[in-house]
Amino acid sequence: MVRYIIRRLLQAIPLLLLISIMIFVLLQSSGDPLASMGGKRLTRPEDRARLAKIMGLDQPIYMQYIYWLVGNDWVQIDVDNDGTLDTYGTRKGVIRGDFGFSLLSRGKLALDLILERLPNTMVLMIPAEIIILFFSLVVGIYSALRQYSLTDQVITTASFIGYSMPIFFVALASMYIFAVNFRKWGLPYLPTVGMFDPKVGKTFSQVAIHMILPIFSMSLVSISGYSRFVRSQMLEVISQDYIRTAYAKGLSERMVLIGHALKNAAIPFVTLVGIDIPFLLGGAVITETIFGWPGMGRLFIDHLTRYDTPVVMGILMLISLAVVFFQLLTDIVYGWLDPRIRYN
Amino acid sequence: MESNLKPTGIPVITDIEKPPLSLSQLVFLRFKRHKMAVAGIFILILMIFYSIGGTFFKTEAYSLVTDTSIRLNAPSTEHPFGTDAVGRDILARTIFGGQISLLIGLVAMTLEVIVGVLIGAIAGYYGGILDSLLMRFTEAMLNIPQIPLLLVLGKMLSDKIAPLSIFGRQFSGSVVVIIAVIGLTSWMGLARIVRANFLSLREQEFVTAARCTGTKNWSIIFEHILPNTMAPIIVSATLAVANAIISEAYVSFLGVGVMPPTATWGNMLNGAYTYIESAPWLWIFPGGFIVLTVLSINFIGDGLRDALDPRALTQSE
Amino acid sequence: MEALLEVRDLKVQFHTLEGIVQAVNGVSFVVEKGKTLGIVGESGCGKSVTVLSVMRLIPEPPGKISSGEVLFEDKDLLKMEKDAIQEIRGQKIAMIFQDPMTSLNPVLTIGKQISEAIIIHKNVSKDEAYKQAVNLLELVGIPQAEARYNDYPHQFSGGMRQRVMIAMGLSCNPSLLIADEPTTALDVTIQAQIVELTKNLQSKFGMSVIWITHDLGVVAEIADRVIVMYAGYIVEEADVFKIFENPVHPYTLSLLKSLPRVDSRRYERLAIIAGSPPDCIHMPTGCPFMPRCGYAIDRCGVENPQLLNVGEDHKAACWVEVKNGRAE
Repeated sequence: MVRYIIRRLLQAIPLLLLISIMIFVLLQSSGDPLASMGGKRLTRPEDRARLAKIMGLDQPIYMQYIYWLVGNDWVQIDVDNDGTLDTYGTRKGVIRGDFGFSLLSRGKLALDLILERLPNTMVLMIPAEIIILFFSLVVGIYSALRQYSLTDQVITTASFIGYSMPIFFVALASMYIFAVNFRKWGLPYLPTVGMFDPKVGKTFSQVAIHMILPIFSMSLVSISGYSRFVRSQMLEVISQDYIRTAYAKGLSERMVLIGHALKNAAIPFVTLVGIDIPFLLGGAVITETIFGWPGMGRLFIDHLTRYDTPVVMGILMLISLAVVFFQLLTDIVYGWLDPRIRYN
Repeated sequence: MESNLKPTGIPVITDIEKPPLSLSQLVFLRFKRHKMAVAGIFILILMIFYSIGGTFFKTEAYSLVTDTSIRLNAPSTEHPFGTDAVGRDILARTIFGGQISLLIGLVAMTLEVIVGVLIGAIAGYYGGILDSLLMRFTEAMLNIPQIPLLLVLGKMLSDKIAPLSIFGRQFSGSVVVIIAVIGLTSWMGLARIVRANFLSLREQEFVTAARCTGTKNWSIIFEHILPNTMAPIIVSATLAVANAIISEAYVSFLGVGVMPPTATWGNMLNGAYTYIESAPWLWIFPGGFIVLTVLSINFIGDGLRDALDPRALTQSE
Repeated sequence: MEALLEVRDLKVQFHTLEGIVQAVNGVSFVVEKGKTLGIVGESGCGKSVTVLSVMRLIPEPPGKISSGEVLFEDKDLLKMEKDAIQEIRGQKIAMIFQDPMTSLNPVLTIGKQISEAIIIHKNVSKDEAYKQAVNLLELVGIPQAEARYNDYPHQFSGGMRQRVMIAMGLSCNPSLLIADEPTTALDVTIQAQIVELTKNLQSKFGMSVIWITHDLGVVAEIADRVIVMYAGYIVEEADVFKIFENPVHPYTLSLLKSLPRVDSRRYERLAIIAGSPPDCIHMPTGCPFMPRCGYAIDRCGVENPQLLNVGEDHKAACWVEVKNGRAE
């Protein structure tokens, strides 16, 4: 098992490098790198030239990639072109979190901006993922066990509809029903903007109640899709010969389901979760925008529309990193669940 | 006792078995059994008629007319779907928006399928280093979340292409950008499936036989192996149209997709949430169209999946 | 000889989209204590459905046991409550299946799969179950049983897996072992080993065996009594010697004729049974074998023959009894 984990870890490294190269290429095609590294407005050509040298921006492109990745503060640079090496560079590199300075919020490091908003996004994402996993499993397994029943058919149809809705439609519709119309009809209504009511302050209950609509919008679509997947996996597992063998040994339905079926059905489900993480993190952009939630996703779109490349690229890189990390995690869980993978 | 004995015990067979149904007949019959899928086809045809047939009732010029004096009007007889924030008729805009949305769906899907099949086929057929490289690339693309990537690419490129003029109609250049961007970021799933199928099919004897007769590689790939893996490709392609429509909607909704004045169902929703209380018709109609179209395509895709291969050799995504 | 299991007039149907499939049509037989019953027939003739019904393992829907009785230890298995039948399964009646690769759970160790049954039926501790399981593995001929207890099914070869299945089946000392084509998926040499193993264990534990196969060679090796099934009917029933020496039903005769023989002449063609199995949804009137039968008379197309005595302890369902290759 340990060998398997190490193997997967080693495989992740070239993947991360490749992703970083792709993002770097994207970076090169947009924005003015000088302004993002400098941190202040530069107008004089001499200043620009000097800064360019210190940043290592006059180097060939492959060197630029290396500097972007690991910084250049370990390299000595000849600043005034006199042949002697004067000073070290100032960049730390993406690996150490140096994404440059935000073009929008001058003077602030891109990383700082991102880290400020990160916890808010986590507050939304983590409960959402838990809810998605839980309900997908429950609804999917229930549907599979009651195949052909009326409940199953209703659930299947509802899942189809839910799965076909774009997130913003669910968001807008739920906003319309639970916030706007509930208020009109005098019912207790849910808030739609922000993380908390500024008049009340950032209390636990405030945040909790503001979380309801966003999480609902995010999870409805995913639950609809995944419960169908769980259902079909479960059905397939139940029809396998080894389930029949288990019954033939005299095991009860509960024992067969939990001891034999679930473990097998869990395997593809775990990989599915791994595939969902990018979708969830990406979908945050939309949900946070609609509900005015001050998270990373909204930071992304706000700064994208105003060409703040460092922040945008920083977020992209971080999300990709998170995705690779979670894929690795799910692969490890997958290896633990399925002995056939481990022993090869 | 009576007998027409044949002492050697060799029977005479008098009835001939029914001739087997052809593959397409079988598929068609199985598809018909899926009530939802058939319903999906009807709804989709309805959507297409609406988008195309609607041009006989409202001209495109009409859909572009802005009149701020009647902005944000509720549905009325003159404007059955109401008016938007600058006074344009929403009904007309949904007609032409539908054309663009459906067009984007179809063309992006075509691009996706071409790229995905090519990469999957080459990786699966040739194997070795080529396969490793292509798969690493695919995996890297999969690890970068699609929506943020779409947004970045959309923003970067949408003003780079000049407005086009086809058949006398003006389209914002961003339409092409969005098609390209969606197509180039959605092929990975299909590539993986095609590669997996190629890996197993290339070990089969008909491939060895083809090689023995000197058939060239590209011919083996496209004329021998590919036709045997059409089922998952067809299902993927169908669902890809729905995904493309949704992706375009996401991106346009956030303002970095198709740029006005060209309308799509997605960009009609841009900013609709700020008027959620006062003008729900802004998002109900275009949103509803998107849901109906995507729903019908999903039904059709599901029906096709069952009809083409009831044992579901196509992996679900 | 005492009867351990008696099946009376069992009828099983399957409700499918295309119609109702009559899988088993009034099958009756007896399994005696300590003896082996062989069930022979081609694929789809209802052999598996019959024994699965005995164990109540037919999924309902779409299956349905429409009538009949299965008497075991003075009780009708078909009318038992769920927990009662669970008690019987694995403990009094055990079953092993055709494909050991798919019949074993790939994500659980084989040791666990064997101990499972022991723990729930015999109510012993995990350690005790472990010891018993290892003993069983040794008994069925798995080398290094202790080490292999923690291995997974994919780490065994086909023959070994089938031995594991047998160990699983025997774990609670059943009085009846049902083997549904256990050697069909294995090569001939392994097949011989499994047959040999079963015979040894049978005499050692004194259990009865139902052995299903379409291979008459295996039947000759292991069965005491044979029933031949076709299209959900029993068409012939006798002890094993009589079946081979004096088959009466044309189907049995064709089966025997289609076996390649060592003493056949070099260029002699293999005899086949022409035609194909009947459509079980739209069963023709009369004898189901008639379209493929070389001895058919007019009556065969009209009336389905009952299973009647044609000799001492020998039954067949045929209007035309074939003796020594000639009809009478």
